Amino acid sequence: MDHLPTLVSEARDAIQAAQDIPALEELRVRYLGKKGEVTALLKGLGKLSAEERPAAGERINQAKQTLSSEIDAKRQALDSAALNARLAAERIDVTLPGRGQSEGGLHPVTRTLERIEGLFTRIGYDVAVGPEIEDDYHNFEALNIPAHHPARGMADTFYFDATRLLRTHTSPVQVRTMKNSELPLRIVCPGRVYRSDSDLTHTPMFHQVEGLLVDEGVSFADLKGTIEDFLQAFFERDDLSVRFRPSYFPFTEPSAEVDIQCVMCSGKGCRVCSHSGWLEVMGCGMVHPEVFRHSGIDTERYTGFAFGMGAERLAMLRYGVNDLRLFFENDLRFLRQFA
Amino acid sequence: MKFSEQWLREWVSPQLSTQAIADQITMAGLEVDAVEPVAASFSGVVVAEVLTKEKHPDADKLNVCTVNDGSDAPVQVVCGAANVEVGQKIPFAQVGGVLPGDFKIKKAKLRGVESRGMICSASELGLEEEASPGILVLPESAPVGVDFREFMHLDDMTIEVDLTPNRGDCLSLKGLAREVGVLNRLMLSEPDIEPVKANIDDTFAVSVEAPEKCPRYVGRVINGVNVKAPTPLWMVERLRRSGIRSIDPVVDVTNYVMLELGQPLHAFDRNNLNGRIIVRLAQAGEQLTLLDGQQVALRPETLVIADESGPLAMAGIMGGENSGVSEATQSIFLESAFFTPLAIAGQARSYGLHTDASHRFERGVDPQLAGVAVERATRLLIDICGGEPGPVCETSSSAHLPVPGTILLRDSRLESALSKKLAVDDVTDILEGLGLDVSRQAEGWSVTAPSWRFDMAIEEDLIEEVARIHGYNNLPVRRPAARLALRSADEAKLTQAQLRRQMVARGFQEAVTYSFVAPELQAALLPDAVSPVLANPISADLSVMRASLFPGLVRAMEHNLNRQQTRVRLFETGLVFNGELDQLSQIPMMGALACGSRESEGWSGTKERIDFYDLKGDLESLLALGGNLDAWRFEPAEHPALHPGQSAEILFNGEHAGWIGTLHPQVRATLGLKVDAVLFEVRLDALSRGSIPAFEALSRYPEVRRDLAFTLKNDVPVQALLDCVRAEAGDYLKDITLFDVYAGKGVVEGHKSIALGLTWQHPSRTLNDEEINQLIDSIVTQVRVQLEAELRG
Repeated sequence: MDHLPTLVSEARDAIQAAQDIPALEELRVRYLGKKGEVTALLKGLGKLSAEERPAAGERINQAKQTLSSEIDAKRQALDSAALNARLAAERIDVTLPGRGQSEGGLHPVTRTLERIEGLFTRIGYDVAVGPEIEDDYHNFEALNIPAHHPARGMADTFYFDATRLLRTHTSPVQVRTMKNSELPLRIVCPGRVYRSDSDLTHTPMFHQVEGLLVDEGVSFADLKGTIEDFLQAFFERDDLSVRFRPSYFPFTEPSAEVDIQCVMCSGKGCRVCSHSGWLEVMGCGMVHPEVFRHSGIDTERYTGFAFGMGAERLAMLRYGVNDLRLFFENDLRFLRQFA
Repeated sequence: MKFSEQWLREWVSPQLSTQAIADQITMAGLEVDAVEPVAASFSGVVVAEVLTKEKHPDADKLNVCTVNDGSDAPVQVVCGAANVEVGQKIPFAQVGGVLPGDFKIKKAKLRGVESRGMICSASELGLEEEASPGILVLPESAPVGVDFREFMHLDDMTIEVDLTPNRGDCLSLKGLAREVGVLNRLMLSEPDIEPVKANIDDTFAVSVEAPEKCPRYVGRVINGVNVKAPTPLWMVERLRRSGIRSIDPVVDVTNYVMLELGQPLHAFDRNNLNGRIIVRLAQAGEQLTLLDGQQVALRPETLVIADESGPLAMAGIMGGENSGVSEATQSIFLESAFFTPLAIAGQARSYGLHTDASHRFERGVDPQLAGVAVERATRLLIDICGGEPGPVCETSSSAHLPVPGTILLRDSRLESALSKKLAVDDVTDILEGLGLDVSRQAEGWSVTAPSWRFDMAIEEDLIEEVARIHGYNNLPVRRPAARLALRSADEAKLTQAQLRRQMVARGFQEAVTYSFVAPELQAALLPDAVSPVLANPISADLSVMRASLFPGLVRAMEHNLNRQQTRVRLFETGLVFNGELDQLSQIPMMGALACGSRESEGWSGTKERIDFYDLKGDLESLLALGGNLDAWRFEPAEHPALHPGQSAEILFNGEHAGWIGTLHPQVRATLGLKVDAVLFEVRLDALSRGSIPAFEALSRYPEVRRDLAFTLKNDVPVQALLDCVRAEAGDYLKDITLFDVYAGKGVVEGHKSIALGLTWQHPSRTLNDEEINQLIDSIVTQVRVQLEAELRG
């Protein structure tokens, strides 16, 4: 009994010195196990007198408790050290790039077309498409451009034979849609168009989006509002100045060219806008009665407007591309910039 | 159309700067392309008179002159021009003056003789582009000592407008002035054009055999014309400022009247005409040598001016070489005609010609102008060249002359078209200012268009004019109103945007290639393809419509490989064109191409190159988007562009929908490509047809899985095995997983081992071993019978 303090002190030293969980387990057995040294002391209580027994019992129990909690604490310390060691060993360089990253991206023209379509479909326009090899009737005749009309000289047309050609604009889609749809009608027609022209600022193929709205009571003011809203939304500039210049398209009347304040120099004048402060971005007008007549639409009851824009031109202005021809070279170094 | 601002201001001169005028007409629809000074800047040049001229003592080609430049004493100057003469008035650059190109005039010695200044040629003053043959000789009346710029009114601007084809009426000073006038509500001050009385009786007979193409033909003979007289400097300058070079006085006058009034004129040498003028269609086989020397074979739909010997000129387009005015001409026959736009339209272009005259006639020349223009030209000609005019002779067919219709412009229509009520007087002013004959009526304006406007026939034409002059930017802005009606949406349909984004997610860049390709490229890839060929391609490289997306993708790959991009993954959507024009199909497709390493270069990836299965996996990820992968099948098949052992026809619901495969090594060699590529193309209509999910109750009973490995001959496709297994596996087969493909040790030569994991599950009970074993027995039997495949032990 007298050696209890020594026993506890020895045991505590041993616990502190334990290097791992098995060693600690061994100590628990040695001191607190069924045959352990402390347990043996408890068993020896019976040899003591009845007066001595309670006090001695309490001292032994206390010692047992002390050692038990020290063992638990040590176990926790060892567990946590082991975890820390494992975590340290499993450390990786998180700045290495991740696996299997993809480098895909949409073509800037598609990106632009989708953006334009999105702006219009969100307010109730449908998307319409049509063939690219067209006939004279849909590309010209039905759009009030009869044979020998000087306007045919405005677009250099690729022909296959006397009547079949590559569409020079997406306007034929209007004609086809008007014939097959009920009014009112709101469509945008994106697509490839072709003109026999190739130099620094022209490619023989490019993309247009044509828009058409036909309803009762549509006026030039509706056209102006739509175009202004569109351009401000497209360029995300609420204060973008837009102006309408009278022009001529055989299929609209009145017709207008639309200029925006130069987005490169904010209208101060730069190389892009030829120092005029304005950029011509699209054409538009009220649908010509002759075009309605070809589609059997009552011109007294219905009016409408149409507009058309070049996707490459808008993409160039939006993303600052300075060479049109890049759009069709499909150089990955160019394409990746629009991912 | 180019014109001088000063000339315009003689007709109408608003209180506006040059730029403001340019802006104003631009905003009225006559787009100003350029505003430029009529002459380069120079200074220190005055009008001077040549007083003396002596040969230079030491140089054959030089003269020593003295000139009076208005200063106190004569100035000595050495001059190299051959045409310098005593008494001439000339432009003289004084010492200290600066000529165009920053050429400073200094005191100099030329071969020992002092020269204090320079007598200038037109080109030295920037008034001619080509080097002038001699010094510029000024009219005798030129006042000595006056600044040359002031004398020539060189502080002037050239304004160039790009006119739309409907505005032929503005291809003259008169027409442009009319526009400026109405925009500023100013009257025009027109030059007085008085008829010139005939001094002689000479006429020349004209018969118009095609009055529907030439409803009016005005002619006049002028005898005793001195064609060697110089064109006055003011006229040369005006022509120059409109971009026209002075040729001879007769041509200059016809050009001048065309610019001033808009009427193209033609002058014939009277003495080269035989019999009479006949305005008729060309006859088959007729030839004509044009003024520019080129000989053309005339086609029968071409209108010609002929005499009794044959064609003299292509009417309204260009004169002939042999009937025109030459240095020997003494008598001329002046033609001023109205050819209808339809008679001329397309004709010039069909001969590869484009002239000032054809440009105007195609767009419409005022039919009432022919007589006035002849009088104007006669007056100018006689003033310059002298001569005796005969009477003006006119041949007209009133039945064929355009009759301006009466158009009603309704108040209500104008207001609803523009969403604005304009004051009646303003509208009347605008219409009248444009030269329309206007009468106000109860519901609007009754209007007759002027003879010079070919673009006014309907109410909208007038609405446009009113809107244009009122100013588009002064009109209101509003948003269209529409009913918020919901529309049905096809849930099963995949959009192109979804499909494209899937390709992007798989690491592909979208390409946009031309729809026309090089015939050799297409033939190398698709020797049997038939697709339309352009009649007028931009180049042979871009002359045949693509019958597949492969040519464009291959070309794009090549472009990138040549630029050190070794891993190329591209896709494209667009139409492909198949068949002759009459049985043409234009089919939207999606195509893709991949070459290079499987993964982009990195620290962890493999360096393996992509193969068929990589691209097939990409494609299957697209097919899976629609949720009905089972509708798609790949069948081994041969395609000329693809490796015969590594290509498959793609079927959707049993119908052909596309191709996938590795580029054929032979094709690769033909095209000179150094790397392997895998390609596919699939119809977009099939790709976008998905299905709507249909729920199936989840079974609460356990799944049973059995793994089976079969050896089958290499040439038996796995698809056949799968089909056979599925057919025998009963209704409760949930899934087949192909988890191993093996050939080599342990498998008979020429065979492969395919390991399948089959999973069954019953919706309402537990499946027992016995029934599964039965199914497996029947699978093994059928596979053996149908495919000669054996279960591996």
